[in-house]
Amino acid sequence: MHIVVCVKLIPDPAIPSALDPTTHRLVRSAKTLLDEADSFGVEQALQLVEAAGQGSVTVVTMAASDEGIQTALAMGADKAIVVTDDALANSDALSTAKVLAAAIKRQEVDLVIAATESTDGYAGVMPQQLAELLDLPSITFAKQVAVEAGVVSVQRQTESGFDDVTCPLPALVTVTAGVVEPRYPSFKGIMAAKSKPREVLSLADLGLATTDVGGASGQRIASVTPAQSRASGTVIEDDGSAPQQIVDFLTQLKVI
Amino acid sequence: MTLNNVWIVAETDSNGVTASSLELATKARSLATTVHAVTWSTNAESVAAELGGYGISVLHQVAIGDALPGAPVAQALAGLLSSDNCDLILVATTYDGRDIAGRLSARLNQSILTNTIDIAVNDGAIVATNAVFGGTLLVASEFTASGPHIVAVRPKSFAAEPAETAVSCRVEQLTVDLATKPASATITSRHVEERTGPKLDEARVVVSGGRGLGQSESYEMIEKLATALSGAPGASRAIVDAGWVPYAYQVGQTGKTVKPDVYIACGISGATQHLVGMKSAKTIIAINKDKDAPIFAVADLGIVGDVHKVLPKLLELLQSRV
Repeated sequence: MHIVVCVKLIPDPAIPSALDPTTHRLVRSAKTLLDEADSFGVEQALQLVEAAGQGSVTVVTMAASDEGIQTALAMGADKAIVVTDDALANSDALSTAKVLAAAIKRQEVDLVIAATESTDGYAGVMPQQLAELLDLPSITFAKQVAVEAGVVSVQRQTESGFDDVTCPLPALVTVTAGVVEPRYPSFKGIMAAKSKPREVLSLADLGLATTDVGGASGQRIASVTPAQSRASGTVIEDDGSAPQQIVDFLTQLKVI
Repeated sequence: MTLNNVWIVAETDSNGVTASSLELATKARSLATTVHAVTWSTNAESVAAELGGYGISVLHQVAIGDALPGAPVAQALAGLLSSDNCDLILVATTYDGRDIAGRLSARLNQSILTNTIDIAVNDGAIVATNAVFGGTLLVASEFTASGPHIVAVRPKSFAAEPAETAVSCRVEQLTVDLATKPASATITSRHVEERTGPKLDEARVVVSGGRGLGQSESYEMIEKLATALSGAPGASRAIVDAGWVPYAYQVGQTGKTVKPDVYIACGISGATQHLVGMKSAKTIIAINKDKDAPIFAVADLGIVGDVHKVLPKLLELLQSRV
C-alpha cells in the first residue's frame, strides 16, 4: 500500500496576512508550517498503511522551502518530496497540480490523498485537477475512508448528508478535517524525522517547462481594492444584561 | 459588451434545479446572448422547463448512472465546450461543482478562477472578483489566455430571478463513455440527514454553534434558539468535524453559504473558513468569550461573554414573550 499525501506549507494562519500592493503577491511570514488541514491526510495515510500491514507514506509539496515538512515526517511519513523552483512563484491551482502530478508519477502509488482545500488559498479545486492529470478516479470530501481488496470506500459529504462511494485503486481521495484524529509527533518521531529522506526537485528535474507554470499560468490580478466594510457594530461585555439587549436588538430588527 | 456563449452547470436536488444553479442562470443571461446548461439529472424535460424560465435555450443531458458526477461530466463537457465556441462556463462552488470545475480545468488546460462573488465583462474580458482575508479585500482577476474560461462562483453571490420572457429550452443528449479513463467512482448508497424547520440556506434566521459550546450536549441550546426564532441551526466546521452535528449543518467554505437576515454566531471564533460562508448576512450577532475573536469584526452586535450564561437566559426571555 503506497500512499502519497499532497501537503502545503503555509504561513502561520495566526499571523494576519497581507498582499503586496504592487506585485499583488501574498506577503509571507518568514516561517512556514504544515497546513493543519493536511495533518488529517497524513494521519489517514498512516492508518491505512498500518491497517494494510505494509507500505509507505510519501508526502509531496510544492514550496519555496521545506520548512514545516518535518511535522509530517515526525508524525510517521517515510519520505518527503519537495518541489522548489523560483519559476513557480505566482502559480495557480492548475500549475500546482501539474507540478505535483509530475512529482507523483515518479513512483509507484496506490492512493493519493489531499485535503479538500488549503487554509491559506482555499481555491478548493487542485486535487480534482491533479486526479485528472494523473488519469485517476477520485472521491472527494471524505469523512471516512477504508481500503479493502484493491477498492477504496468513502463516506462522502454532500449538501444533504453523505453518500457511500467506492472506486478501484489507484485513486485519489480528498479528506475533510473530521476523517481521523491526527496524532501528535512523539519525541521518537521528531528525532527519527531528522534522518528521513527529503528529495528536493526543480522544474527541470521534473521535465516541466517554465512556460507551463508559475507566472505563465493563465490568470492575473487586475486590481485589489478594500471591500466595503460593514458599519462597525457594538461590542459589549456581558454584565448579565446581554440577553435582554439581544432581545431588544431582535425586536428592533422585527425578527420577534 | 457581452459574450456570445455562456454555459452553466445545472445541479438538481429533490426540489428541482438548485438555488445556486438558478443564480448562475440569472447571471449568465445578463452576460451572454445564448446560455446553455448541462445536467446529469434523469429528468431533463422538467429541468429544461425550469431553466427555460431563466432564459436558457439549450440543456445538454448526460447520462452517468450511479457515477460520481465529477469525472464523467467534465469528460462529456470538455469536447463540446471547445467545439461550441463557449466563452465562459459558470459552476457553483458546491461539492459536485468543484469536482467538475477542477477536472474540466485540467482537461482543457485552462486556469480557473474560484470563490468568485462577482463577474463582469470589460472590453470583452471576463473579470472575476473574490474576497480574501475574511472579506476585507476584493481581488479582481482576469484570464490571460483565450477561452473557454471556467469560473467557480460562491452560492448566494447573485439573486436568482426568472427571465422577463421565458424561452423554450431544447434538450440535447451529451454522450460520455464511462468505460474510458479516468474511471468514475460509483455511488452505492445515499444518506439524507433529515432535518425539520426551514432549510439552512433559505432561513431568514440562522443560529450557529461552534467550539465555544464546549460539549456536544450544549448544541441543544442552538437548536432551541433557532426554533424560537423560526430559524435554522447551523455549525462551524470544528464541531461538525468533531461529530457533534451532521455535515449538512456546516456553514463555511466547505459547507453551506448562507445569507439570512440575521445570523447568530454562538461560540464561533470566526475563522476565514467560516466567515466566507456567512459574512453576507444582513445582520450578525456574535457571542464569544474571547474579545479578540475575528467574528467581532463583522458583528453588528457583539457580546463578549459565555454562551452557557447568555443562551439559557436568552431562551427564557424569548419563551416568556407571548
